[in-house]
Amino acid sequence: MGRTIIDKLWDDHTVADLGDGASLLYIDRVFLHERTGSVALKGLEAAGRHVRNPEQVFCTMDHIVDTTPGRTDDTRMPGGREFITSTRASARAAGINLFDLGDDRQGIVHVVSPEQGIALPGVTLVCPDSHTCTLGGLGALAWGIGSTEGEHALATKTLAVRKPRLMRIRFEGKLAPRVYAKDLILHLINRFGASGGTGYAIEFAGSVIRSLPVEARLTLCNMAVEFGAWTGIIAPDELTFEYVRGRPFAPTPAQWDQAVAYWRTLPSDHDATFDKEHEVDCSGLAPQVTWGTSPQQGGSIDGQVPDPASENDANRRQSAERALQYMGLEPGTVLNGVPIGAAFIGSCTNSRISDLREAASVLRGRHVAVGVKAICVPGSTQVKKAAEAEGLDQVFRDAGFEWRESGCSMCFYAGGESFGLEQRVVTSTNRNFENRQGPRTRSHLASPATVAASAVAGSLADVRKLATV
Amino acid sequence: MEKFTTLTAIAAPLLRINIDTDAIIPSREMKRVSKTGLAEGLFAGWRYKTPGSREENPDFILNQAPYRQARILLAGINFGCGSSREHAVWALHEWGILAVVAPSFGSIFQGNCVRNGIVPVVLDNAIVESLARQVESDPAKRLLTVDLVECVVGAPDGSRHTFAIPRADREMLLEGLDSIAVTLKRDAEILAFREQDKTRRPWIYLPTAA
Ligand code: SF4
Repeated sequence: MGRTIIDKLWDDHTVADLGDGASLLYIDRVFLHERTGSVALKGLEAAGRHVRNPEQVFCTMDHIVDTTPGRTDDTRMPGGREFITSTRASARAAGINLFDLGDDRQGIVHVVSPEQGIALPGVTLVCPDSHTCTLGGLGALAWGIGSTEGEHALATKTLAVRKPRLMRIRFEGKLAPRVYAKDLILHLINRFGASGGTGYAIEFAGSVIRSLPVEARLTLCNMAVEFGAWTGIIAPDELTFEYVRGRPFAPTPAQWDQAVAYWRTLPSDHDATFDKEHEVDCSGLAPQVTWGTSPQQGGSIDGQVPDPASENDANRRQSAERALQYMGLEPGTVLNGVPIGAAFIGSCTNSRISDLREAASVLRGRHVAVGVKAICVPGSTQVKKAAEAEGLDQVFRDAGFEWRESGCSMCFYAGGESFGLEQRVVTSTNRNFENRQGPRTRSHLASPATVAASAVAGSLADVRKLATV
Repeated sequence: MEKFTTLTAIAAPLLRINIDTDAIIPSREMKRVSKTGLAEGLFAGWRYKTPGSREENPDFILNQAPYRQARILLAGINFGCGSSREHAVWALHEWGILAVVAPSFGSIFQGNCVRNGIVPVVLDNAIVESLARQVESDPAKRLLTVDLVECVVGAPDGSRHTFAIPRADREMLLEGLDSIAVTLKRDAEILAFREQDKTRRPWIYLPTAA
């Protein structure tokens, strides 16, 4: 019987069958960051254990470091300095690869990982961070773990994992202009719910996926966890190979042909079977924006805030009522036109160079509306430099955006910087949970282009309706 | 890790769906590189009147007697979704929660529970709701039992509900095992795998750290 890409990667990494559907999987790469990786390294030290194969372990500073220009180890997060200095000390002691402040390779973990060629097709990669599933966009089997599991992976090079059920989602049709991978995944979560993928590893396939550039595939897989999935993955193809070639930690020219030959064996066989399959028709899909406090609470920009009373399920109704109260929205309000106070472009979902280019193409020759605080945080130091080389920083600045150093920044509130009480933010990030971007901050998730268009309009806006200049 | 066999205790119903780890412990409450000192931050956004303050919100269930003594949490679908922060589990444990009963869990959270001595019990939504109704009428007297030996939840009305939990997870909880020590018993297999893999996938094996 045919095997799926997930079956193949599972088999190729199985050290031992543990019974009951669980396997001891070999872990090729571990990535850490200063927020959760620091605890894992410290825990390991405290137990008197060592990192096995430190050369295959990487660590970056992204979550807690400030993103304001001229930053140092001091951060606005209370106690933040300790996370940075402790991580640095532990990383050095363990001899792992460290992308510290001031290092050209620093940036958001899931942006740096593909950029440096650390995440590759066919590798197993784990990180104590839920958005590790991003790297499925390259055809890696990558998933988020807890800190204790992180210690396990560091000390043993393996993890004991129960094999998830398998799902395939085919995206068919053609995406309209100004509709992106972000809109695809928001639509999917809206349609099947935030727990629609719970218990599954999901292969994203179909004609839309094949024509998506690699960076967009990363965006799509990034939010597999918001869909409840254990992880998401996209079969590697020629686009992937071209993306990977020549990156610092990628296979060397001498290893290249052997690696590609292996990668070509990975796509799911034609007769492979999945436990569940869905097909999503993408023709006619409009830009998406969320209105609630779960990523499933969203819809088309030209749609309306739904009436919780029309929800049959009591749990979903209560959750929608609470969400509208938190968000300060009334049922029936048209999303297009809801006034905003802030706009944020950044995060491991949407802060790569292609995201910044799309946003800049909207902003060129325009200015954000009066009273809108607008911030752009490139996903990595490399992205920032590339953007500056193209003059994109100037486009953002001219449009009234702040231009920051790379990091997670205000994707999440760590006790430091925030957007403020009841501030309404349109954001290219992945989570609109209560208080995610600050105490009582109201987050509307959208694509970078929609964020840019909304910043200009001063309200949630339909980027398709903005004339191109 | 302490062993878990069976527990009869006060259960607190918190049936909202999709309760995420940011809600269980907000980022701003994770102030130190540490697995302890987190109980105070548990559900901080709901437990206290204003963000960052310690003035209790009397409406929040865990601020009410007798739920302050709860050892079991009844929760809605997708409990513990969102960020991988293990701090959510450390905070629950330190506060006193030893078992969570819900229709489904965020997958990383579920694994984190098992590694920290909290039993994640999966039961149908209708059963969880019925358990909540039963305990609510007199929480201090109408206790819930989570029996990991038999894999059964005992309700105040005498009904018993069997639940499934993976064998390895159950063993780890029952025995209070250290998972690293368990895995290292297979070290010879791991090293043999690596040696073979080096010829099969040489590009995985990087030179020294840079
Ligand atoms: S950018 Fe946001 S979602 Fe991504 S790793 Fe950082 S905090 Fe997490």
